[in-house]
Amino acid sequence: MNPEYLTALILGGLTRGSIYALIALGYTMVYGIIQLINFAHGEIYMIGAFTGLIVSTVLTMHGMPGFGVVFFAAAAAIIYACCYGYTLEKIAYKPLRHAPRLSVLISAIGMSLFFQNYVLLAQTSNFLPFPGLIPDFEFWKPYSHVMSATELVIIVTTAIVMVLLTLLIKFTRIGKAMRATSQDKIMASLLGINVNQIISITFIVGSATAAIGGLLIASHTGQINAYMGFLVGIKAFVAAVLGGIGSIPGAVLGAFVLGLSESVFTGYVSSDYEDVFAFLILVLILIFRPSGILGRDQTQKV
Amino acid sequence: MNMPVLNEIKKSLIAAIWFMFLTFPIMVIKVNTITRTIDWRWKNMMYTGIGAFFLSAVWRYMLRRKEKNQNALEKEGLSIVQKILQVKTFSIPATVLLLIFAIVFPHLFSMHQTNIMISALIYVMLGLGLNIVVGLAGLLDLGYVAFFAVGAYAYALLNLHFGLGFWTVLPVGGFLGAVFGILLGYPVLRLRGDYLAIVTLGFGEIIRIILENWNEFSFGPAGIANIPKPELFGLDLSLSAKTIYLYYIIVLLVIFTVFVINRLTDSRIGRAWIALKDDEIACQAMGIDKAKTKLRAFALGATWAGMGGVVFAAKTAFINPASFTIWESVIILCTVVAGGMGSIVGVICGALLLILLPEYLRDFGQFRMITFGAVLVLMMVFRPGGMIENVRRTYQFKTGETNDIHS
Amino acid sequence: MRIFLFSLLFPACVFLMFSCGEKPADTIKLGVAGAHSGDLASYGIPSVRAAQLVVKKINAAGGVLGKQVELLIEDDACKPEIAGNTATKLISDGADVVLGHICSGATKAALGFYKDAGMVCMSPSATNPDLTFSGEYPNFFRTIANDAAQARLQVDFAVNVLKVKKVAILHDKGDYGKGAAELARGYFEDAGVQVILFEGITTGTVDYSAIVIKVNSLNPDAVIWGGYHPEASKIVTLMRKKNMDTPFIGPDGVKDATFISVAGEYAEGVYATGPVDISTNPMAILAGKEYQDAFGEEPGAFFDQAYAATLCLLNAIEKAGSTDYSAIVKSLHTHLTDTPFGKIKFDEKGDAIGVEFAVYKVENGVFTEHK
Repeated sequence: MNPEYLTALILGGLTRGSIYALIALGYTMVYGIIQLINFAHGEIYMIGAFTGLIVSTVLTMHGMPGFGVVFFAAAAAIIYACCYGYTLEKIAYKPLRHAPRLSVLISAIGMSLFFQNYVLLAQTSNFLPFPGLIPDFEFWKPYSHVMSATELVIIVTTAIVMVLLTLLIKFTRIGKAMRATSQDKIMASLLGINVNQIISITFIVGSATAAIGGLLIASHTGQINAYMGFLVGIKAFVAAVLGGIGSIPGAVLGAFVLGLSESVFTGYVSSDYEDVFAFLILVLILIFRPSGILGRDQTQKV
Repeated sequence: MNMPVLNEIKKSLIAAIWFMFLTFPIMVIKVNTITRTIDWRWKNMMYTGIGAFFLSAVWRYMLRRKEKNQNALEKEGLSIVQKILQVKTFSIPATVLLLIFAIVFPHLFSMHQTNIMISALIYVMLGLGLNIVVGLAGLLDLGYVAFFAVGAYAYALLNLHFGLGFWTVLPVGGFLGAVFGILLGYPVLRLRGDYLAIVTLGFGEIIRIILENWNEFSFGPAGIANIPKPELFGLDLSLSAKTIYLYYIIVLLVIFTVFVINRLTDSRIGRAWIALKDDEIACQAMGIDKAKTKLRAFALGATWAGMGGVVFAAKTAFINPASFTIWESVIILCTVVAGGMGSIVGVICGALLLILLPEYLRDFGQFRMITFGAVLVLMMVFRPGGMIENVRRTYQFKTGETNDIHS
Repeated sequence: MRIFLFSLLFPACVFLMFSCGEKPADTIKLGVAGAHSGDLASYGIPSVRAAQLVVKKINAAGGVLGKQVELLIEDDACKPEIAGNTATKLISDGADVVLGHICSGATKAALGFYKDAGMVCMSPSATNPDLTFSGEYPNFFRTIANDAAQARLQVDFAVNVLKVKKVAILHDKGDYGKGAAELARGYFEDAGVQVILFEGITTGTVDYSAIVIKVNSLNPDAVIWGGYHPEASKIVTLMRKKNMDTPFIGPDGVKDATFISVAGEYAEGVYATGPVDISTNPMAILAGKEYQDAFGEEPGAFFDQAYAATLCLLNAIEKAGSTDYSAIVKSLHTHLTDTPFGKIKFDEKGDAIGVEFAVYKVENGVFTEHK
């Protein structure tokens, strides 16, 4: 088919990839530090979206202008998501630091179920309409049929978040401590790094990215419910593994590979088998690179 | 008042305030986006505060106790339950009693209870099967439900097209499960840990999506209805009699599973799995064929899921792809880990608890699933090894004697 | 040792199986099964309340056959594997007739059990055509029109009113959605309309832009949707944002107030089929008012259907003079019952005669019947 069609599909794939990337970042950071699949990460994303919705509705009804609403809703969503992430780690993961890894995984699944039903009970089981926090920018109007303003904001934000994260990890003291902790916890603590604190910080940063993702996606799809985190969480996790779990550029790359291939496959073949194709790509890549695209090959020692 | 108590109160207060802050937007504010009204539910905040105050105290107390117990355990070696299980004079009568209970169960309770028990026992079988893969061989499999689906569809389709009966399909289902186990196992031989987990998860989803889309083969999401229950010498049984008959079949199958897995664990293959779980390289150095051992684990684990699937299809009489989502895999994994990885008694207890708990929590209605989630977390925090931890065989060398085996 | 013991006990038990007796009943037991918890609870709870309202009224007037009516309420969470358990629970509790289940899949799973036990089951909401058309379930009745009638209506509307020449059909791969989409495809092909796209989307995905771009490039005259409203609102919103004004036609799963509140301005002009408007029927008005008084909110989905079904079931028992299975079935086929949908009885397949669908269009934020 024509190149315009392909361009549209690629742009759609980029949006989808950005969404996966924002959530995959949180997965991969946590994994890098404590080698745990944080199953409840999708739920943090959902809680971020809910907090954003509640705060923005309250503020709008008290007559706050649009820009203020966006700012405060985003701030509240990020802060609360961070607090939830921090508490989650303290309750469900910290007491299990020396337990078998599978036990921690089950604990994470339990938390995921808990959070879903907590929001379900305290709020609603129905879908709630989410306000369009992102305005249709005037300057973008001519291009909006190719790519909506929301999609543009999603892609740009993902890029910014990724750059900030890379800076944080490469060039700050905290980042250095994180890298040290991920390599060797005992050695890191011998060198005076507060390992528990670093783990908490990782959860907080990961939750913040999830909340940003939650807000952007909710304003993109226009609706939220208590189950929205689970499937997206799984997809983001696939993306993180595809790129090489534990590696930040890997997560982003994996997310874009996944998003683009899904989009192009749907466009040229069929959306019936979209997910099958996504998983086949995963299997193929892992057969040739068992640690993901950018993952380091871990040498095994006896 | 002495200092520790004051300190505890202070900690509890901090927890209470923290949780009141944390749950504020979601518990207190409820916005109605259609009528544009806000419902401020301040009462919820009060409850959260009071709840957090006391629960956090209990939480800290339990954590301290767990630490103390752990130290004690390290000295003693085994917990009470594990010891009891090892005392033959206790464990044999207990097994017999349990068997008698299992046999009279459908006559003591209603058909509904029997039906629930059949579901639970199917999960026991699935748990035991997954235990081979996860508990013994240490391969994290998140797509186990795929083999379950293979078995269920095998019975439904073979019965529909060729009129094959339950007893014919039961071994076929097991065999197909094993074939799919090898199909999955082969490409993922090189993968380890979480990479393996995500690929198996994908495999489970692929099977489900194919079942959903391929109408000509599987009748798509509309599913297959009217799957017959097993026949008994051509007798025309009533519904309750059929249910009870199916119950005995699954009880027998579970006993068979336990027997086989028990023997497997002690066999050459079982030892190889455990060695593989502990250290792949050392295991290879001992001359164990890694690839073969892994494939055996996948195949033997999947066999039970295939057979469980056949029983499941017979039990529900209707199957569609919606019954085989990733959540099922997750629940089966939970039964294995929560019960105690590698331990047969543990997995049985875990499956019974986790499947029966939500059933009997029905009366809690909407609080059912939140309780289930909380139970999972609490169980893992306070008993990370599962309800009944597996006891590894140890060989002690005593000078002057032959090797004395403590098993 | 244990195998020996077991081999002794096992045959004994097989014979014990035949010794199950049933207790005599002194009340008429009406089972109510459906989703009362979980994410589809909003579809099931109104039917429980309808049964409660009707039974309260009938009991106050002396009950059925001089006996009081008792409700047995069981949850199936709309899951087929749980529905079987629910059905056996109702059977072992001695229910005489069942109102339910809510979802088609769960109903299918439960019907086999009721059939074996000789029980009549009437659903207020299961629209899957197979349930009545296959002829496998003589014990099944429903007070809602089936999906085939609905698809027929959609296709007639699209062909005769919108004059479409080529359509794209999307569905959610679910039991209900894909079933509806396939029926529509069949009728469109019969009518000589070209179906240029027939695809399932993955529910819960964050973004449907790829499929919308694909639909856009094929430029159909109408998009037919098979599925529920959450995905429908996402797709419609994306279509409208991409400047596509193609008509969008959904089934009754879309005709929900939440659809309009979620899709907002983009919902305008969307067509959806749904049960005919009965807001002028005096009995429906009364039932609605009873609901308002008792529960303080507007009646939810399938309330009227459940209200009608409860009336039909109890009336059939009264007319049959007993709770005997074949007498009830015969009575349902022959005797008319006064319901919010007017006087209805059931055809030989089990579908209610006189309960129909209509096409609605979103205008100024409400579904209005399209004449």
